[in-house]
Amino acid sequence: MSSSNMKRRDFLRVGAAVGGGLLLSLYVPEWAAPAEASAVPASGFSPNAFIRIGTDDIVTVIVNKSEMGQGVYTSLPMLVAEELEADWSKVRYESAPVAAVYNHSVYGIQMTGGSTSTASEWERFRKAGATARLMLIAAAAQKWKVEAGRLRAENGFVIDGAGQRASFGSLAELASGLTPPKDDALVTLKDPKNFKLIGKPTRRLDTPAKVNGSAQFGLDVAVPGMMTALIARAPVFGGKVISVNAEMAKAVPGVKDVFQVPSGVAVVATGFWPAKLGRDKLDIKWDDGAGATLSTKGMREQFAALAKTPGKVARKVGDPVKALAGAAKTITAEFEVPYLAHASMEPLNCLVDLRADHCEIWTGTQFQTIDRLAAASTAGLKPEQVEIHTTFLGGGFGRRANPASDFIVEAVQVAKAAKVPVKVVWTREDDTRGGWYRPMWYDRLTGGLDAQGNPVVWNHTIVGQSIMEGTLFAAFIKDGIDDSSVEGAADLLYGIPNLQVELHTPKISVPVQWWRSVGHSHNGFAVEAFFDELAYAGGKDPYELRRTLLAGQPRMRAVLELVAQKADWGKPLPKGRARGIATHFSFDSYVAQVAEVSVDKQGKVRVHRVVCAVDCGQVVNPDSVKAQMEGGINFGLTAALKSEITLEQGRVQQRNFNDYQMLRMNEAPQIDVHIVPSTEKPTGVGEPSVPPVAPAVANAIFAATGKRIRKLPIRIVDLS
Amino acid sequence: MNLKVNGKQLTVDVDPATPLLWVLRDTLALTGTKYGCGMAQCGACTVHLNGEAVRSCMKRVADAVGKEITTIEGLSPDLSHPLQKAWIEVDVPQCGYCQSGQIMTAAVLLAQNSKPSDTDIDTAMTGIICRCGTYSRIREAIHRAADMKRSTT
Repeated sequence: MSSSNMKRRDFLRVGAAVGGGLLLSLYVPEWAAPAEASAVPASGFSPNAFIRIGTDDIVTVIVNKSEMGQGVYTSLPMLVAEELEADWSKVRYESAPVAAVYNHSVYGIQMTGGSTSTASEWERFRKAGATARLMLIAAAAQKWKVEAGRLRAENGFVIDGAGQRASFGSLAELASGLTPPKDDALVTLKDPKNFKLIGKPTRRLDTPAKVNGSAQFGLDVAVPGMMTALIARAPVFGGKVISVNAEMAKAVPGVKDVFQVPSGVAVVATGFWPAKLGRDKLDIKWDDGAGATLSTKGMREQFAALAKTPGKVARKVGDPVKALAGAAKTITAEFEVPYLAHASMEPLNCLVDLRADHCEIWTGTQFQTIDRLAAASTAGLKPEQVEIHTTFLGGGFGRRANPASDFIVEAVQVAKAAKVPVKVVWTREDDTRGGWYRPMWYDRLTGGLDAQGNPVVWNHTIVGQSIMEGTLFAAFIKDGIDDSSVEGAADLLYGIPNLQVELHTPKISVPVQWWRSVGHSHNGFAVEAFFDELAYAGGKDPYELRRTLLAGQPRMRAVLELVAQKADWGKPLPKGRARGIATHFSFDSYVAQVAEVSVDKQGKVRVHRVVCAVDCGQVVNPDSVKAQMEGGINFGLTAALKSEITLEQGRVQQRNFNDYQMLRMNEAPQIDVHIVPSTEKPTGVGEPSVPPVAPAVANAIFAATGKRIRKLPIRIVDLS
Repeated sequence: MNLKVNGKQLTVDVDPATPLLWVLRDTLALTGTKYGCGMAQCGACTVHLNGEAVRSCMKRVADAVGKEITTIEGLSPDLSHPLQKAWIEVDVPQCGYCQSGQIMTAAVLLAQNSKPSDTDIDTAMTGIICRCGTYSRIREAIHRAADMKRSTT
């Protein structure tokens, strides 16, 4: 979700904003912090908050990151198991409760996002495992009355050179009486060349539960006496209820209660179906408010006009004005992308059991600390009186890290009025029309070439809403620049001597939010599609020009060369097919892709194959990296080819998967992923494969048809 | 109303017009069958009725009376169905939410076609959306399950 430019100090400022300085005091960064929050079994060993070893030899890793598909319930346990020398077949995962010890090691709040889970836990989880190993060895030394130095751990056992061995479980009780090593320096980590598990393709621990129906998502949780609620929300963002007639709704069998909440009218019933039938029968008069004048057409005109005017300067290199005046050739192009909903397959939902002095919440969230503070404040409780059980997330993509905790706060409001445990469920239509979209963007780029066709100047003006403005995260906006609006543009890797990136941030009442790859999701398209135009304008091969201008970026250049080689760049293809290439740096990872496409006579685009190369530093689970590249590519293709959210008279025009469309099996390309071997520190994996897809496809369409794609999603009418 | 779900006879007291999906989930606590769209657009709710794949979100429970209803929970008692084995070997799921629908749809395909081509798979599976984009692994796992099934029969 979050911008890769976010820094810990910014999060601490945010913490100060939401919790009156509370988060500062909550931040306990140490791997060695005690197991305060996880249940410690009567018999067993909990050396720290992340590990529990039972007398049955089962090693449970308590994972402080939400599992939303990225494989974190496997990759983080792998880090522990590597240093613990655990028997991998005995390793289990468990979702962490909300506690300071589980805060993000950089951001200082408990959350999952920004493609940071592996990078930020790389040290802490390994150290947690190494500490536990040292303590188990110390326990064995005590038991056998030998020097610890002659013992080693291997595959779930402590072994004495002389032949004695004891399983971790048999040492658990003894080890639990020992004090963890105080000195961080004593806990040494393995040389990567000795890794047994890290770097090896490892099957996910959560797959069995996901193929027999037993995996529990938020929507699947039930508690005794629970009711289900649906909410009728305003058809226009910012709209309010004027009056409601609930007589017919209340007459529906199973409907127990109907009442107003700040976001609309709640219908509480014995299950989803009666709640839905009841909601359908509500007669509500709405005050649409000022939002009723909004339309995509109007916004587009406003954005296009702004793009031609000077904005706030996000970055300036050299003398762009002079360079443009002296250029042998200049070209200008405008790019646009729509609002996008996250469209997780599991619609939003939240179950709340609110008591006088306690609040228990079950939901799939990426934002535990923020949600707990918001729920506590709504319920009139202290944060420590609110317990959040993080279930599996049926997709997140940023939506479940909401700066206003919208779906949590609303559910607490409903529970407060209902006075019974209640699960608020969003229908697909609610989810599609509920806002918090990836913003719509309009980009204007001008490039100048010298007489040899080399780019000498690059001007980029970006127009779109800030996802930080008006939220807890407003502190991230500095001098009028929200870094997440310009990421992937202001930090252009290509060696172009004169550059200027400007930003306009219009205020619009449509709620917007991070969406998988955030600002990179639009800047990647505009930058890489325009780069292709510039290459052709200068008579250069788009791969060769990228390679030349990446001379100062060895890691990106290596990724580019790898993808070109694997995709047979420059070699002939079957008739009607063409290739396009793009690179993008995001979340500290380097990605390059080649798309192979054809366009039929009607203008329908078919993406046959995408070749992807990635350098994300040290890889923990290569199969998960591949899976994330594959998934990100299909996610990016959905944005390139299928979906858009539009507004007319303030109303969202799409409602369900019939008109907010997703890529489907018959449209999914063959995907080949190549990972650059590396011992650099791990970097992001969940998001970086999204940004290069759309430009690679757009550039391939140009190669196939001679037509430039400057607007997403790509429509048949643009190509027929 | 009497229903036969995963081989068991059950009695439920619900409005006959209720979609089967919500009877399975809210009344019988069989939550492996998922709600994704409510209008037969995404296939997350796919179950078997007398061996045919149906969208339980659009199927009135009354229309399931007297038929064999199979949900993901009833596919095998022990992850032994070739599709479950193949899904685990290929590590298909990411978030996992759509996978019950994917597997239940693939099970009908394999029952009718012991050696499906890529095109057969695309045709059978196109109705089931995976937002995580696991499509290429689904394709691979179906081929693998078909091979497994043929080699054991």
